[in-house]
Amino acid sequence: MGRILERGSIAPGFTLRVTPDQNLTLSELTGHPVVLSFYPADWSPVCGDQLALYNEILDEFQKYHAELVGISVDGAWCHAAFAKARHLHFPLLADFEPKGAVAKKYGAYREGEGVCERALFVLDKDGVIFWSYRSPIAVNPGADGILDALDEMARRGDGHDHVESTSGTAGSRSGR
Amino acid sequence: MTMLKVPVGPRDHVLGDEHAPVTLVEYGDYECPHCGRAHPIVKEVLRRFGSEVRFVFRHFPLTQIHPFAESAAETAEFAGAHQLFWKMHDGLFENQFRLGLPLFFELTKLLGLSTSELQTALETGAYTPRVRSDFMGGIRSGVNGTPTFFINGHRHDGTYELADLVLSIDNALMSVSTSAGD
Repeated sequence: MGRILERGSIAPGFTLRVTPDQNLTLSELTGHPVVLSFYPADWSPVCGDQLALYNEILDEFQKYHAELVGISVDGAWCHAAFAKARHLHFPLLADFEPKGAVAKKYGAYREGEGVCERALFVLDKDGVIFWSYRSPIAVNPGADGILDALDEMARRGDGHDHVESTSGTAGSRSGR
Repeated sequence: MTMLKVPVGPRDHVLGDEHAPVTLVEYGDYECPHCGRAHPIVKEVLRRFGSEVRFVFRHFPLTQIHPFAESAAETAEFAGAHQLFWKMHDGLFENQFRLGLPLFFELTKLLGLSTSELQTALETGAYTPRVRSDFMGGIRSGVNGTPTFFINGHRHDGTYELADLVLSIDNALMSVSTSAGD
């Protein structure tokens, strides 16, 4: 298993299908922090589902003007059905053809299984990786790492000029 | 190790002896079937450990996949405002299969509370911030699904089966008594 791209690397650019007839290019998001969430597959079990969790805190990401996108090797039609069934309100990108090409650039592809790793990347407004984390494939990494990274970025002024509000515990940090 | 970021405080719903050496915190969702299954297990844990364990329940509703989870949590908070949180909590979990407004009103009536007050509270979102605050505290503590338990501030990464919870609590009790003897 390779290593995922780490802090300080420039996030490789990409253009991927976001709906059956629309593309999304990473550079379109420049100017905002971006959260890339690579995940193995649509339709994983519900209660512990990572994307369902992120879906609940989109307003928190908004506070940092951060854009969240999910990426897996599932096709655009599959993503559309999945997003509809789970009421997901953020884009899911299809790293479908050539399969896993973007995930490979981020070191987030599992060759044997042909799926993305469960990997998170927080990019600053200039498209540089500020934080990255690979979770064991069966473990939902939660959202605390992402929010801690966005907090740290906001404090340093790397991500965006200001954060409108942060929750009570935002200032504290412990090792992960 | 993942730690609880929001300490147990006066805002929390606490069941059991306030001086208990072990505090068990659950982040849960009234519509989550796993939480429903864990509910009697938690009761059994509390029965076994008696005054050694106190229990705290915090809301973690996944509202986009569980349409009644948020209003159930707010209904529990409404009852909590009348010191009847735990009665409502039990009623919601024990009747999880028919979770919904009719149940919320039925339980409210059973507890002798006003259903029109509940209706107003739900419509105005009186308890929405409270539930959200529990949820975000959970997010910050690394809660990634429900139920998630913390035992004396440490996330319990085992299952919610009785044997697993008992083992973790036994360990916590042991480390409390060890550090007390230092």
